[in-house]
Amino acid sequence: MTAQRSGDIRKNLDWSTFAITLALVACGWVSIYSAAYTPEHTAIFDFKSEHGKQLIWIGICAIIGLVLLNTEGEFFIRFSVISYVVVLVLLILVLIIGKKVGGARSWFGIGSFSIQPSEFAKTTTALMLAWFIAQTGSKFKALGTRLQAGLILLIPAGFIMLQPDAGTVLVFAGFIFAMYREGLSGNLLIAGFGAIILTIVAILSGASVFTYPFAGEQSGIYMMLIVLTILAGLFFLGVRTFTLPRYRKKNNRIVLLALVGALGFSYMVNYGIEDILKPHQRERIYVLFGMNSNPDAAYNINNAKAAIGAGGWTGKGFMNGPMTRYKFVPEQHTDFIFSSIGEEWGFLGSTLVIGLFLALILRIIALAERQRSQFSRVYGYAVASIIFMHILINIGMVLGIAPVIGIPLPFFSYGGSSLMGFAILIFIMLRLDAERYSVFR
Amino acid sequence: MNLSNRRYILSGIIVLFGLIFVARLFYLQVASDNWKAKAAVLTEEKIRIYPSRGLIYDRESELLVANRAIYDLMVTPRQTSEFDSLAFCELVGISMNELREKIDKAVRYSRYKASVLKKQIDPSDYARISEQLHKYPGFFGQVRTVRNYQKGIGAHLLGDFAETNPKDLKKDNYYRQGDYIGKSGIESVYEEQLRGIKGSKYVLVDVRNNIQESLSEGDYDTTAVSGSDLTITIDAELQAYAEKLMVNKLGSVVAIEPSTGEILALVSSPGYNPNLLVGAQRGKNYKVLSTDSLKPLYNRALQGQYRPGSIFKMVQSLIALEHDFITPQTRISCNRGIIGCHGAHSYDDLEGAIIHSCNPYFHQVMKRMVEQGEETSRFKDSRLGLASWNKHIKRFGFGTDLRTDLPGMKSGNVPDPSYYDGIYGELAWAYSTIYSISIGEGELLVNPLQMANLAAIIANRGYYYPPHVIRSIGNEGKPEAFRTPISCGVKEEHFTPVVNAMQKVIEQPGGTARRARIEGIEVCGKTGTVQNDPLPDHSVFMSFAPKENPQIAISVYVESSGFGGTWAAPISALLIEKYLTDSISDPRKEQRILDAVFLGP
Repeated sequence: MTAQRSGDIRKNLDWSTFAITLALVACGWVSIYSAAYTPEHTAIFDFKSEHGKQLIWIGICAIIGLVLLNTEGEFFIRFSVISYVVVLVLLILVLIIGKKVGGARSWFGIGSFSIQPSEFAKTTTALMLAWFIAQTGSKFKALGTRLQAGLILLIPAGFIMLQPDAGTVLVFAGFIFAMYREGLSGNLLIAGFGAIILTIVAILSGASVFTYPFAGEQSGIYMMLIVLTILAGLFFLGVRTFTLPRYRKKNNRIVLLALVGALGFSYMVNYGIEDILKPHQRERIYVLFGMNSNPDAAYNINNAKAAIGAGGWTGKGFMNGPMTRYKFVPEQHTDFIFSSIGEEWGFLGSTLVIGLFLALILRIIALAERQRSQFSRVYGYAVASIIFMHILINIGMVLGIAPVIGIPLPFFSYGGSSLMGFAILIFIMLRLDAERYSVFR
Repeated sequence: MNLSNRRYILSGIIVLFGLIFVARLFYLQVASDNWKAKAAVLTEEKIRIYPSRGLIYDRESELLVANRAIYDLMVTPRQTSEFDSLAFCELVGISMNELREKIDKAVRYSRYKASVLKKQIDPSDYARISEQLHKYPGFFGQVRTVRNYQKGIGAHLLGDFAETNPKDLKKDNYYRQGDYIGKSGIESVYEEQLRGIKGSKYVLVDVRNNIQESLSEGDYDTTAVSGSDLTITIDAELQAYAEKLMVNKLGSVVAIEPSTGEILALVSSPGYNPNLLVGAQRGKNYKVLSTDSLKPLYNRALQGQYRPGSIFKMVQSLIALEHDFITPQTRISCNRGIIGCHGAHSYDDLEGAIIHSCNPYFHQVMKRMVEQGEETSRFKDSRLGLASWNKHIKRFGFGTDLRTDLPGMKSGNVPDPSYYDGIYGELAWAYSTIYSISIGEGELLVNPLQMANLAAIIANRGYYYPPHVIRSIGNEGKPEAFRTPISCGVKEEHFTPVVNAMQKVIEQPGGTARRARIEGIEVCGKTGTVQNDPLPDHSVFMSFAPKENPQIAISVYVESSGFGGTWAAPISALLIEKYLTDSISDPRKEQRILDAVFLGP
């Protein structure tokens, strides 16, 4: 125990997490080299090229990592509120003086470099949430406390929504996993998944046409509402038959609530897609469901899928994928980088990358679980959630099973802010984990 | 509930999504070929390498048809950038409106694939344009092979070589839009031999459709195989001379080598220089030619269907001799009450009847063949007689395609009983109704090639080879089909009196074709004068020479010019003399023909 408590960071560091992270960064850099290749810039240390710049970022992250690993864990706890507030201010400032890139005001331009405060907002919010929950301790059961925790997420999420950056906002939804681990009702998760399923069914049925008795041809959404009502009726009968009388009232109330919620939600989804979403967003949804005939809207995703499909079992090999080599997939070195992995490394390589990500997330959950401090545990779950949401949205998008939402693939997508953001997340976790025996907070 | 168990629920969710991704990857990369195919469509391009088209030589190995390059100016909309359109229009020679229209059309077709901006730019113009083309990215020249006719002769015979139309593309997937194909004549019949085999080169292109590198180091590439050169049976010198003689006349000349069936010359007049339909001026020239009232694009030698007139009496004689309706000694009185005649004669034998072209004689000969007395009813009897007559006539190639290799021939009309049933009704006609066909008039229609073939049959004394123009495909020689003789069903002995008479037609004083005499050559022939009311008669002459071991059989048809002996016969004589002696002994005869103008009303 003395060695563990000695505070020697090299002995207590979780080398497996570090190794997985390093492996991901290395794979990422190789992918950027291939995806952003130009014949003019082939040297590894050519700092005019994307891969060269990314190398600089990797170096900077290594220095940040060293600094963070040698910072007392206590500092992060004290730092959490301040950093949260500072980043909030930056999020407001970016809306005012930020530079507009691709329709979103989410970047500060400093010289030739740009910085994206929302990448750091994820870290600071994770710290803040961990600090808050650790503060309240067992009081997290109280509804008021939970609402306050919710507010901690919603404030930065709201500002980011204004940029707008839907992808990062969705990442914030991932904090629900961390809160669930701390005692938030599982119904929220069920409701969440229910909402996803309802959304899919509502979009599909809304786009189809049924012939109804008496009413003739109408949107399929009404058919869906009818089916939902019948299902609720069946549940209601089930409740009467199979539950004890004393639970009936409560169960009936749940069935009724779920029905009203589902009906309202389904209708809202349809209304939202038709009337609230911007045309390009609506098209992205339609592309996802294969309901769009506009080839321009589907161009990006179709080419990404073609690149991945071309990879086959083992891929075309490094620098040998024509889709990647000749830039058929827009944004292939940033958000769509997984398409070049798919083309050049095939099913085996892509599966390996997904495996590495799963290993990293599961390892971080394992780290979180072994913490004695609630702060460290909540923070660990938050890190796992953030990474999970990123790969869920990004790889889902590139594989054509999630709508196109611009969000980087951790450690892979070209860009310093993203890499730095994830490096900070991981290194803070590694530091907290390294001193898990010496502290009891 | 122990909250730490929730880590398993969360881990489960994470692993579940991981598995969903792997399953999706498996579907995209391993299970389905759709996306591989889509990637191939995007990144790979097949570049076709065009083989050079076979050349065409005449029977003396003189080059008739060569190739030359012409350029289409192409545009790939995606590769273009802003350019000085005014200067561009001036350079290329199109209007701003035209440019805008063409580019709009190209964009509608494809942004990534090339469309034609201007077709058929001659090399000299293209050289000037290509010097400047680097200023206009996205525009490039596509070289095409077109024909170059070395001697400017034989337009109808050689045929048209032009851009494919949608029908051609549909029929044969060898062709791509913009490819050229033989449309008529030899170019069309021997298209497959002439065109060769396209090669292909597979390349990888970038997102702007610029070629980057060859695919798999060229493992899938194939080389182009050049088309076979053709040697044709035409004698270029004879063809050119025939075309020259036929200038300012409507009609045709067909010359055949009887011992082989090889076509030595095939002329339709008015003709045109085939080079007119090549290159930048094609469109304009085509319009002029196709709207000309004299129809220069129409190939009279194969598609013209004429009444043969008196030359048909040769066929009647031969059939009647073969089937014992007459002998050479049979005399028939020149009874001009039923059918007109000309010249002083009254009771000719066969030879006399041929020399004088006696109409009543052949009216009677055919009457014997048609009314054989097998049936008591005149009508039924005529049906039987005509049916067997029809069979005999067809063996001479009339009413058939002669199994020639030239395309687009109209085979004429040899009436059979059902043909007259259609006109008059069944059993409503007899020989007395249809007798005008006995002297090659009436409903009988033949084409000039069939007339020349008749001359070849008589020259051969009883058989012919399918008249053809191919002498050799590459080094393979002639197809077997053209080396097998076809009998006309009349024994050789019956030809002797007919051939003798045909010689006297030319050489005896009072013969109808005295103008066809050539010093030192025994020419045999028969004139025809086909009624063409109210215009002057068509002048027809069929002949071969020399009498023994004939070298050339020839038919000449000059529309609306008068007696057969006056115009068609002397033209034939000049051609025979030219072919056999390679010279013209009497330039005045030649000049008389060159000066004559018969261009219809």
